[in-house]
Amino acid sequence: MNADSSWVTLLVMLSPFIAAFFAPALTRLLKHNAAWALALVPALIFVHFSSFAPRIADGGVVTGGFQWVPSFNVNFSWYVDGLSLTFALLISGIGALIVLYSGGYLKNNENLGRFFSFILMFMGSMLGLVLSDSFLMFFVYWELTSITSFLLIGFDHTRAASRRAAIQALIVTGGGGLLLLAGLLLIWNVTGLTEMSLLLRSGDLLRESPFYLAIFVLVLGGAFTKSAQFPLHFWLPNAMEAPTPVSAYLHSATMVKAGVYLLMRLNPVLGDTAPWETVLPIFGGATLIVGTLLAIRQTDLKLMLAYTTVASLGLLVLLTGFGTEMAIVGGVLYLIAHSMFKGALFMVAGSIDHSAGTRDINRLGGLMRIMPITFGAAIVSAVSMAGIWPMFGFLAKEELYLGLFATQSWSLLMTAVAFVGNGLMFAVGFAVALKPFLGKLKADSDHPHESHILIWLGPAVLAALSFLTALFSSLTHHFLSSPMATAVAGDTVSVYISLVPHFGAPLLLSIATIIFGIIVYLVLGSARALMARILDAIGWGPDRGFDQFVNGIVRLSFMVTGWHQSGRMENYMKATFILVAATILLPMVLNGELPAWPAVSTQVQFYELAIMAIAAIGLLAVLQAKNRLTAIVSLGIQGFAVALIFMLYGAPDLSFTQFMVETLSVVILALAMTRLRLLPTDHRPMRETIVDATIAIICGLAFVLMLLRVVQVPFDPTLSEFFKQYSLSIAHGANIVNVILVDFRGTDTWGEIAVVLIAGLAIHALIRIRFGSRRGEIAANEPTE
Amino acid sequence: MNTLIFRTIAPYLTSLMVLFSIFVLLRGHNEPGGGFIGGLIAASAFAIYGIACGVSPVRRAIYFHPLGIAGFGLVLATLSGMLSVFFHVPFMTGLWGYVPIFEENVPVSTVLFFDIGVYFVVVGAITSVALALEERSRD
Repeated sequence: MNADSSWVTLLVMLSPFIAAFFAPALTRLLKHNAAWALALVPALIFVHFSSFAPRIADGGVVTGGFQWVPSFNVNFSWYVDGLSLTFALLISGIGALIVLYSGGYLKNNENLGRFFSFILMFMGSMLGLVLSDSFLMFFVYWELTSITSFLLIGFDHTRAASRRAAIQALIVTGGGGLLLLAGLLLIWNVTGLTEMSLLLRSGDLLRESPFYLAIFVLVLGGAFTKSAQFPLHFWLPNAMEAPTPVSAYLHSATMVKAGVYLLMRLNPVLGDTAPWETVLPIFGGATLIVGTLLAIRQTDLKLMLAYTTVASLGLLVLLTGFGTEMAIVGGVLYLIAHSMFKGALFMVAGSIDHSAGTRDINRLGGLMRIMPITFGAAIVSAVSMAGIWPMFGFLAKEELYLGLFATQSWSLLMTAVAFVGNGLMFAVGFAVALKPFLGKLKADSDHPHESHILIWLGPAVLAALSFLTALFSSLTHHFLSSPMATAVAGDTVSVYISLVPHFGAPLLLSIATIIFGIIVYLVLGSARALMARILDAIGWGPDRGFDQFVNGIVRLSFMVTGWHQSGRMENYMKATFILVAATILLPMVLNGELPAWPAVSTQVQFYELAIMAIAAIGLLAVLQAKNRLTAIVSLGIQGFAVALIFMLYGAPDLSFTQFMVETLSVVILALAMTRLRLLPTDHRPMRETIVDATIAIICGLAFVLMLLRVVQVPFDPTLSEFFKQYSLSIAHGANIVNVILVDFRGTDTWGEIAVVLIAGLAIHALIRIRFGSRRGEIAANEPTE
Repeated sequence: MNTLIFRTIAPYLTSLMVLFSIFVLLRGHNEPGGGFIGGLIAASAFAIYGIACGVSPVRRAIYFHPLGIAGFGLVLATLSGMLSVFFHVPFMTGLWGYVPIFEENVPVSTVLFFDIGVYFVVVGAITSVALALEERSRD
C-alpha cells in the first residue's frame, strides 16, 4: 500500500475526532440541522471503506501504518480484513443514521453540540478498535470506547441514576480492559509479536504455549465485560439511562460488540481448543437464557431491548465458541442481522417515547395510524429479529441452526439453548414492535404524532436494509459475510445461504421456534408476572452485587486508612524512626556486616575534644530542660557543634548548610511551639519516655554502626576522582559540591526543589486550615450505606 | 522578642543578610556557597525581620507571595534546564557564554540561572512557612 493512501486512511480514522472538535460550534450555528452536516463524516468513512470491499472480497487485506515507538516495535498500524471491514461499515453506516437521529431526538436539548461531540468521539474510538493492527493501539482504542461511552451514558449528568450507570459501565468495561491489557502483554511476551496481522499467521504458537490458559482467561475477562456476558451483564441494561440514540448505537452495532469482535478476531489463534469450545458456549448460553428471561420481566421498551441485546450477545459468544464452521457463519450472519434490526428497534423505541411520552408497554397502544413509517420499520425489524422469511434474520437463524444441530448430546444441548433463547426473543421482539401500535389509543399518550424526518429516517433505512440484504444475499455474502467468516474461521469460507428455503432440520427448528414464540407472546402477561415473582424471590442480583462490591471497597479503604493514619503525631514519629532504625540495622545484622570495633586514635586534638564536649553538653541540656523552648535551643547547640566538625574536616559547604539549617530549625520549631499552644513542659509518663528513649537510642546506634561500617570499607575514589578531574574542565566550576548539585546531578536537584516547593505548599495549607470548618467535611466523607 | 534594640537593628541585619545571601549564591560555583545555602540565609533574614517587626512589613517588603517566589524559582530552574534541548544537547546540560561588561568578560551560564532558581525556591518555601507560623502565633 503506497504512502498516499496511508495518509488518507489515517485521516479517515481521525476524522470523527476532528468532527467532534468542531461539532459544538457547528451546532451553535445550525441548531439541530447540524446533524445533516455531521452525518457526512461517517457517510464518507462508509464510502472510503466500501472502496476496500472488492479487494477484500477477492481475499486481500488492506494494511498500512506509521511508526509510533520504534524502540518498542510499537506502530500505529491498521489491518483491514473481512471482519474489520464489516465492523467498520456497520459502525460508520449506522453511525451516520444515528447522528441524524440524534439531531431529531435531542432537537431541543441545549447540550446537543456536546452530544454530537461525544458520539463522534465514540465512533472514532470504535472505528480505531476494529481497524487496529498493533496491540497497544487496540488497547488504547478499547479503553477510549469505555471512556467515551461513560460520557455518553452519563450525558444526562444531573440525574443520579444516569451518573451511577455511567460509573458502573466504566468500572466494569474499563476493569475488563485492564485484564485485556494483561492478556495482550502476555501474548506479546509469548510470541514476541505486537501486531494482530502477524499473530494471525503464528499458527499454533499460542495454543501450545504454557501460558495459553492465562491468556485465555484474561482475554475473556476483557471480552465478557465489554460484551455484557452473564454475570457481568448488569451494566448494559443500566446504561439505558442514556439518551436513546446512545442505546441504539452502543448497544446494537458497536460498543457491546467489541467483545465479540475480540473473540472473533482471536478465534483463529486461540480457538479450537477444549477450554475455548467449552467456556464460550457455556457463558454464551447462560447469557442467552438469562437475558431473554429478564427481558420478559420488563415493561419498558428500552429495557426489553437491552435484555434481548444481552441475550443476542450471549448467542454470538456461543456461536463463536461452538467450533464448527457453520456456527461461525451463523454468528457472522446473526451479528450483521442484529446490528440492523436492533439499531432500528432501539430507534423505534426512542421515537415512541418522543412522540407518546412514555416507554411503558402497558401504557402504549394504537399508534399504528399515527406513526405509520415507524410502525413499518418496527414490524420489519421484528420480523428479522424473529428470524422469519424474508428478512436477513431468517438467513442468520437458518445458518445458526445448521451450525449447531447435530445428534451429539453437546450439540443437542446447545441447539436447545438456542431454541429457547430464540423463541423468547421472538416474543419480546414482537411485543416491542406490536403492542405500542395495535389496539386502542391509550389515554395518557399526550399529542402523539409521526416523528420528524431525522427520527424516522434511521429505523426506516435499517429496516429496508434488513430486507434488501436478504433479497440480494449473494451480494451481501460476497462482500461481507464470506470475507468476514473467512477472517473469523481462519481459512476460506464461502457463505451460500439464500432466501430460497431448503428443507431439513434447520427449517423445522425455525418453524418450531416460531410456534414457541407465538405461544410465549400470547401468554406474555402471565409469563412476566411469573418472572417477577421468581426474581423477587431471589431478591439479589449482580447489580446489587456491584453496589455491595463498591461499598465493600470503600469501607475497606476507610478501614485501612483508619488503621495506619491514626492522626496522632507521636505515632507517625515512632513509626518513622523505628522504620529508619530497622532499614539500617536489619540488613547489617542479617548479612553479617556489623562493623569491627574501631581503633581509637590517640592523636585527638584538644579542640576536637572541646567541640565534642559542646555537642554532649547540648544533648544533656536537651534531656535536662524543663521547658520545651529551652530543649529546642539546646538541640541547636548540638547541631552547631556538628557543623563545626564538618568545618574542621574539610566540608565547608556542608558545614555552612548545617549552620543555616540548624538556625532555621530552631526558629521554625520555636514558632511552631508557640503556635501549637502546648504546655510549656513535657508531661509524658515514665513508660512513654522509656519507649521513646529506646527508639531514639537504637536509631542513634544504627547510624553510628552504619558510619563505622562505611568507613571500614575500602574507599572507592572513582567518583571523587571523576569530579575532581572534570568539574573545572567541563563544568567550569571549582567548587565540586556545587557543580555536582547544579550540573552533574542537576536533574536530582531539580526534583528536590520541586519537593521543597510542594512541602512548602503543604505546610502552608496545614497552617492555614482552621479546624472548625474542616470537621464537617471529614464527617461527610464517612462511608454511607 | 519585641525589644527596641532588636527592632532597630533588624532592618539593617536583614539587608546585610540578604546581600550576603546573594553574594554566597553567586560565588557558589567556585567557592563554598550556592543557591541552597544562599536561599537559607535569605529565608532566615526574612524570618528575623518578621519576628522583629511583624509579618505585614515583611510581606510588603518582598511584595510577591513567598510561594509565588518559590514557584517562579522552580519555573526558572526548569527553563534553564530546558534551554539545552534547543541546542541539541540533553536536558540539563550546562551552556556557557561570555558577556562583556565594562571590558570584562563575565561568564554566564544556564547553570547559574538554575542555581538562582534553587535560591528562589528555598527562600520562597521556607519564608512562606516561617511567615505563616509567625502570623498565626500572634492572633
